[in-house]
Amino acid sequence: MNDPGLKDIWVYLAASPLLGLTITLVAYGLAYRLYLRTNSNPLANPVVTSVALLIGLLLLTGTPYEDYFEGGQFVHFLLGPATVALAVPLYQQFSRLRQLWLPVTISLIAGVVIAAGSSIGLAWLFGGSTEIQMSLAPKSATAPVAMGISEKIGGLPSLTAVLVVITGITGAVLGTKLFEWIRIKDDTAKGIAMGVAAHGIGTARAFQVSPQMGAFSGLAMALSAFATALVVPWLVDLISMWV
Amino acid sequence: MQFLNGITLLLVYQLVGEIAVRLAGVPIPGPVLGMVMLFLTLWLRGAVPDSVGEASTALLSHLSLLFVPAGVGMMAHFSRIADEWVPITLALLLSTIITMVATAFIMQLTTRWLQRTTAPEGGKGNE
Repeated sequence: MNDPGLKDIWVYLAASPLLGLTITLVAYGLAYRLYLRTNSNPLANPVVTSVALLIGLLLLTGTPYEDYFEGGQFVHFLLGPATVALAVPLYQQFSRLRQLWLPVTISLIAGVVIAAGSSIGLAWLFGGSTEIQMSLAPKSATAPVAMGISEKIGGLPSLTAVLVVITGITGAVLGTKLFEWIRIKDDTAKGIAMGVAAHGIGTARAFQVSPQMGAFSGLAMALSAFATALVVPWLVDLISMWV
Repeated sequence: MQFLNGITLLLVYQLVGEIAVRLAGVPIPGPVLGMVMLFLTLWLRGAVPDSVGEASTALLSHLSLLFVPAGVGMMAHFSRIADEWVPITLALLLSTIITMVATAFIMQLTTRWLQRTTAPEGGKGNE
């Protein structure tokens, strides 16, 4: 970049949100194409590929995350309205949900407690600091919810956001194989488990398996966001009383 | 225009949700309350308006895209993750597996139990 013209362009682009937003969409577009090309192999999960592409690009150009997020925030912001939008699949599956309300309620509450309890317990067992334990606790809830809870219980919200994404990817990549392995065939059970453990990224994967699994995963994600917000701060208090 | 109306409505519900949780001081995130309110509205109306359906399909069909900027945030936490990568990796991986397996089993068991208690004779139900 010796050319003054090019340098001016770079100065403009680095300061404007346009570049961050555009590379996010381009990277995702490429990642999604790759995903389709591999016949939707869960290992080629588009979130993994696009995050890797973007981090590589930012490190290569020496761009700090804050500059990138100037543009990335527009995509990130849509998590809010997307959470509200979950009311639609929830409503569409309502008749099925009403029949299954008791199993769904029991599984959700158990799932949320197991998700938070096991992540705090395991992080503690393997020598993680309290800050890491608290940042991990809400990891199975969807990003905006998990970040809010993390802040309340003494974790690092931005670290939680990252852990939420890694959790979602883990669930989406392992989920279908795991269910096959433990011989769970019912799409409602698979959907609920996916939504509780792996929120929106798991739900995106579930919709590819079947619309019913997707709807139940979306339902579980929405309800567990609610349940996590209520249960996790209380669970943390309870644990700290014992320790 | 439909899409614009739909997205506007979603934002209005989110906004009302954000204001309500702050006024009430409850530990529930605003968008989650917004979702509950939209659900109740749809339930009372008995149908999903085209505008809301269109906007929600558009947002939810690329849900994983919305997590990408947060995922890139990993680079801001490299050193912290490197310091404690053992507890982070093991806790995250094992806890996610345990949660999925346990939840799936609990859901399957309770569903079967419910079917057995409510439909004892010849009731394969509407599966």
